[in-house]
Amino acid sequence: MTDRPRRKLKLDFWFFVKAGVILALCLFIIYPFYTILTKSVFSSKVEGVTLYNFQRFFTKKYYYRTLLRSLVICSFTTLFACIIGVFIAYVMTRYNVLGKNVLHVFIILSLMSPPFIGAYSWIVLLGRNGLVTQALTAMGLPAPTIYGRNGIIFVFTLHLFPYVYLYTSGAMNSIDSSLEEAAENLGMNKLKRIMTITLPVVLPSILAGCIMVFMTCLADFGTPMLLGEGYTVLPVLVYNEYMSESATDPYMASALSVVIVACSMVMLALQKLVVEKKNYTMSTLRPPQETQLHGVKRFLASFPVYLVIFFALLPQIVVVCQSFVERSFSGVVQGINLNNYRAILKRLGQNIFNTYAFSLVAIVFIVILGILISYVLVRKKGKAANVIDTLIMFPYVIPGSVLGIGLIVAFNRKPLILVGTAAIMIISYIVRKLPYTVRSGSAFLYQMDPSVEEASINLGVSPMKTFFTMTARMMLPGIMSGAVLSWITCINELSSSIMLYSGKTSTIAVAIYQEVVRMSDGTAAALATILSVTTVISMLIVFRATKGKVKIV
Amino acid sequence: MSNEVIIKNAVKRYGDFTALHGVSLNIEKGEFFTLLGPSGCGKTTLLRMIAGFNSIEGGDFYFGENRINDVPAHKRDIGMVFQNYAIFPHLTVEENVAYGLKARKVDKKEIDRRVKEALELVQIAPLATRKPSELSGGQQQRVALARAFVIEPSVLLMDEPLSNLDAKLRVQMRSIIKKLQRRLGITTIYVTHDQEEALAISDRIAVMNQGRVMQVGTPSEIYAKPENPFVAGFIGVSNFLNCDVTKCEGGVAKVSIKGELDIDVPVRKSYTGKAQLSARPEQLFFSETGMPGKVMFSTFLGDFIEYEVELFDGQTLIINEYTKDTAKVHEVGEKVFISFDATRISLYDEAEEVLSK
Repeated sequence: MTDRPRRKLKLDFWFFVKAGVILALCLFIIYPFYTILTKSVFSSKVEGVTLYNFQRFFTKKYYYRTLLRSLVICSFTTLFACIIGVFIAYVMTRYNVLGKNVLHVFIILSLMSPPFIGAYSWIVLLGRNGLVTQALTAMGLPAPTIYGRNGIIFVFTLHLFPYVYLYTSGAMNSIDSSLEEAAENLGMNKLKRIMTITLPVVLPSILAGCIMVFMTCLADFGTPMLLGEGYTVLPVLVYNEYMSESATDPYMASALSVVIVACSMVMLALQKLVVEKKNYTMSTLRPPQETQLHGVKRFLASFPVYLVIFFALLPQIVVVCQSFVERSFSGVVQGINLNNYRAILKRLGQNIFNTYAFSLVAIVFIVILGILISYVLVRKKGKAANVIDTLIMFPYVIPGSVLGIGLIVAFNRKPLILVGTAAIMIISYIVRKLPYTVRSGSAFLYQMDPSVEEASINLGVSPMKTFFTMTARMMLPGIMSGAVLSWITCINELSSSIMLYSGKTSTIAVAIYQEVVRMSDGTAAALATILSVTTVISMLIVFRATKGKVKIV
Repeated sequence: MSNEVIIKNAVKRYGDFTALHGVSLNIEKGEFFTLLGPSGCGKTTLLRMIAGFNSIEGGDFYFGENRINDVPAHKRDIGMVFQNYAIFPHLTVEENVAYGLKARKVDKKEIDRRVKEALELVQIAPLATRKPSELSGGQQQRVALARAFVIEPSVLLMDEPLSNLDAKLRVQMRSIIKKLQRRLGITTIYVTHDQEEALAISDRIAVMNQGRVMQVGTPSEIYAKPENPFVAGFIGVSNFLNCDVTKCEGGVAKVSIKGELDIDVPVRKSYTGKAQLSARPEQLFFSETGMPGKVMFSTFLGDFIEYEVELFDGQTLIINEYTKDTAKVHEVGEKVFISFDATRISLYDEAEEVLSK
């Protein structure tokens, strides 16, 4: 095939989009991580390139135990989240649980709430001066503690089981009921049907949910920071090594970051394997039947679901209640009023403004980039699209705190000094939260028939104009539902903000963290309530706009 | 203005796979021309090359005098009806139809007039302000049709436009499309895999297979005189029989079928050797002498009876006998003799080229 015409490089609009996106992603993801990587093989104690940091990590108990602890926490959280998530998914899809649509929304809401608010709220209940702790002590009963390993696992599990639930119930709803009927018809009893047909078919989805839980756990900084006390996990150690006033070691912190990223990469590779297996394409002609339970049986099926969701939402309720309670510095209740809100408006108005301003700017970029990148990924397949697809996945592997450190080391020197500016905060939001919008947008575009665009071109509208007036507009529902998720995670962002903020660019999430550390519960609760209310309103808007068909995972 | 379409030696490749091997066609001005073939034969590929959505790896495409190879899709002035209609979901029916006129910067009043006229032609004028989601499949089809011809394109392309409709609606839309095309006189290239549809609607048909044009002709030519065994088998029902041409003299070939029956077939060229014969079910008949066989199965279909007859060597032939021509119904198991209408059957040489006149 010698006469094949050589592919000419077309210098059109899409070329510049692809080039620009790749360049930006390299600059703000790859380059920062590369800087961390190079820093990790140097040390203030040894000359030249060295594996000293890694050697120290794997030989000194102070270091390696944090990795073990992280793995212990992630493993147990994943196990419990899996059990709870699969159980609830099964009950919710197969039985007539009372008010299941509302419950579904509640489960998504509990996932969308910032994780550290859960931790903070459980401290309010079960912490040293916690409400429940005090009540139990007053009655002379031993109170369970929320601090340490078990507390972290408890909070993580309640916060993250929705991932498993969402993946699993999605898969269970797409099993055609004839599959199970066929098994029944061939002589299988109910338990055997579940074990031989239902579970194997949904297993890839369950695993995908589990991996999401594991990776979120591994990267999360706020919860173990607040609850850990002496039980230091890897992300907290990174923060300490990098930020704490005494004995900071940026080289060691970089090496630790590399270790976290390596762990996430292993998980991501596992996920790829699972996703490849996930492709049981089923034509769901008849959705699975819902078994109608009555009386006691219905109650018995519903009760555990209500119990779990109650505990998952409890932090939100506690926070809102707490925000109206004024306390003296020693914790004595002064009255129920709006003083906490007055205090934060006076003292932390800048943080509130920053949170919304930064997130808004980030969202504008995310929507524009989301539309362009989704289009490139779906309609302009090729090498460049593959590169972008891979780069877009990176924020899943690089925890926020690590990306934060990367951005600091990369942009604290000429020619581009961004450290301490609002720009660096916004950039970290854009790169980290863009995937939600791109995934949602490209999934939507995949379902759109390209012939609609062709029809427009065919009728005499140039491809460029067709994209802007027709395609971009039709993609909006998909883009917007992803953008709301990006928006929610932006306003709740802690792990990279805490690395990147300066006096003038601090946000609500950072302030909550600081207020909790200063034991100023009331103001922290008021701030958290602001975030929660914004989150709930945003979610409700998406639910309304997408008629409940929003895809979180 | 409507235009003729000339395709010279069109080549399409996907990597190392060649989808079209040098296809050449002359489509006349105002003609209803159909590309017919099984899936994967390259018919849609060729249509999309004409539309400008597929790259052209070789050959020349002309609309009249103009070579359009390098003209971008949106400047080719083509109307196209897509298989799934591709109605713009966010625009109303009239906005859909007006879309192409707006792109051509037609005067507002003129747009209103032409949209109204187009909607009346396809009989959906009362639905003008509806959204596509409120329309049935057949109604969407009419919108797609109106949108394509309202711009008065030089060529109208249709990519299996009826394949998503149910059988009854398909026949109805078929005649609407045909009448509309006659009335507007737009050169139309129509793609389908449904041979009945192609025969019913076309002025001429190009039968395609594996990236090549097997035969171009009017529906009756293609049915009556298939130029190769592929066309004979693809269009209608054909019985294929291996045979030998033993002698060829004065434009008549002596054909020996399985050593059992000799017939004289008028031929266009001289040939002796192995050959293949194809006969339609109505080109075979029962007689006193001929090839011996046994009736295995019969189906009464009203105006004719379809028989399956097994020959002595196990091959089965399909034979149609019109009820008005015969009073006798052959019983299953009955021994019969079969003869051939030698002037109408098709005969192919070993290279699968047609011999019969």
